[in-house]
Amino acid sequence: MDAQLAQYIPVLILLVLAGAVSGGMLLLAHWLGKAGRRTAAKDMAYECGMVPVGGGSTRLAVKFYLVAMLFILFDIEVVFLYPWAVVFRELLREAATANLIFWAMVSFLGVLFAGYLYAWRKGALDWHEPRRAGSPAAPNRSR
Amino acid sequence: MDWLNQLNPTQQFVIFSAVKALVAVVVLLSIVAYTVLAERKICAAIQDRIGPNRAGPWGLLQPAADAIKAFLKEDFIPAHVRKVYFWLAPALAMTPALLTIAVIPFGSQLGAQKMVIADLNVGVLYTFGIVSLGVYGIVLAGYAANSKYPFLGGIRASAQMISYEIAMGLSVIPVFLLVGSLNLSRVIEYQAGGLFDWLVFKQPLAFAIFVAAAFAETNRLPFDLPEAEQELAGGYNVEYSAIKFAMFFLGEYANMVAASALMVTLFLGGWTLPWAGLNQPAATLAGGLAHVGIFLAKVLGVLVVFIWVRWMWPRFRYDQLMDLGWKRLLPLALANVLFTATFLWARA
Repeated sequence: MDAQLAQYIPVLILLVLAGAVSGGMLLLAHWLGKAGRRTAAKDMAYECGMVPVGGGSTRLAVKFYLVAMLFILFDIEVVFLYPWAVVFRELLREAATANLIFWAMVSFLGVLFAGYLYAWRKGALDWHEPRRAGSPAAPNRSR
Repeated sequence: MDWLNQLNPTQQFVIFSAVKALVAVVVLLSIVAYTVLAERKICAAIQDRIGPNRAGPWGLLQPAADAIKAFLKEDFIPAHVRKVYFWLAPALAMTPALLTIAVIPFGSQLGAQKMVIADLNVGVLYTFGIVSLGVYGIVLAGYAANSKYPFLGGIRASAQMISYEIAMGLSVIPVFLLVGSLNLSRVIEYQAGGLFDWLVFKQPLAFAIFVAAAFAETNRLPFDLPEAEQELAGGYNVEYSAIKFAMFFLGEYANMVAASALMVTLFLGGWTLPWAGLNQPAATLAGGLAHVGIFLAKVLGVLVVFIWVRWMWPRFRYDQLMDLGWKRLLPLALANVLFTATFLWARA
């Protein structure tokens, strides 16, 4: 096995250990736990003592999907920054590559920032819909 | 110890790794157990109460009592839940929390052994990768419960954690610009020179953003919206009982310990102290143990700050939370990257 892969052996050992701890706890509690009676009230979804209304899965705001999409975009760009950060000082020492590595990343960050500003201007980062001039202070949602 | 020397290097490596991993997990779980007690004690002191004091002297056996209780309670699975995910979620919340510590150097060396479980060259990328897996446990718990409040809690948690992951990932890039490696042992070597080589002094803004993001990632106040009791009746773990319920908390506290350890490693000099030659890898056994002690002391110090903040700060509103993450921390972190890069370029 090559050295690159061999350094992950301890991670594998830790994974087995962590899995054993989690799985062991689940099983142990399952065996040791006192079995109680099953009643209709006990099987009810907990909603602060009220009888649940409607099904379990509710509709959720589309804003959450938007956050997820923005996350994927920005997180990928963050990952691109890591290799650059690692080699940055090394390449700065050589006169031939110093300016290249700097300006390459400045332009990348520039594009990233332009996209960010666009998302902000479009209101993608606003959790509440932006209030437009002339609209009532509290939007009337009944209509 | 003769039989140890007769093994080939690979076998020795595996055995030492297994021992280190086992000790690290045991120590981590004990720290977690006693952080819960410390939290209750500190909270009691802040609120002018006494706190748990019945089990053992000063309540020191409280974690054991809690564990026994959690194991002996009825392991109830409500009829309306999605069973497989219901079992899977607590394990998925806890396992990544235990895995994050693999790359963090918790000391210099004992004998010939480096005090880190896996000295990966990708270092911090591994940590961030594993930390992101933690969100699955919480989202799955919300989905598995098949009930309104847990579902909302799970969705909120995922949106919060992914939002702050970006700020967290961006905030540490200036650190790696300075160090030139993702390996956490390198990061500590870089900070070994003196007190003002600690990256908290060289990158205060990065540290501030990282701390805020770490609080949000571990769902701690002031960012504990996923489990806001008053709004969600407890959040994603409402339908859980017995050890499954406890495992979410163990996972949360283990994440907190891991975040503290990461903070100490990246910004607070890791196992080094700039005095009395403690910034060089230890040559003796006593020196090695001292380094482990220094590291643990620093981690415990950060943990106390985590707890202290929880009982001092009110909770953010959800839109404020999103605004802070996306509109304040993200541009600040980006500006910090650009500033640091420009500084290094101009000096070269």
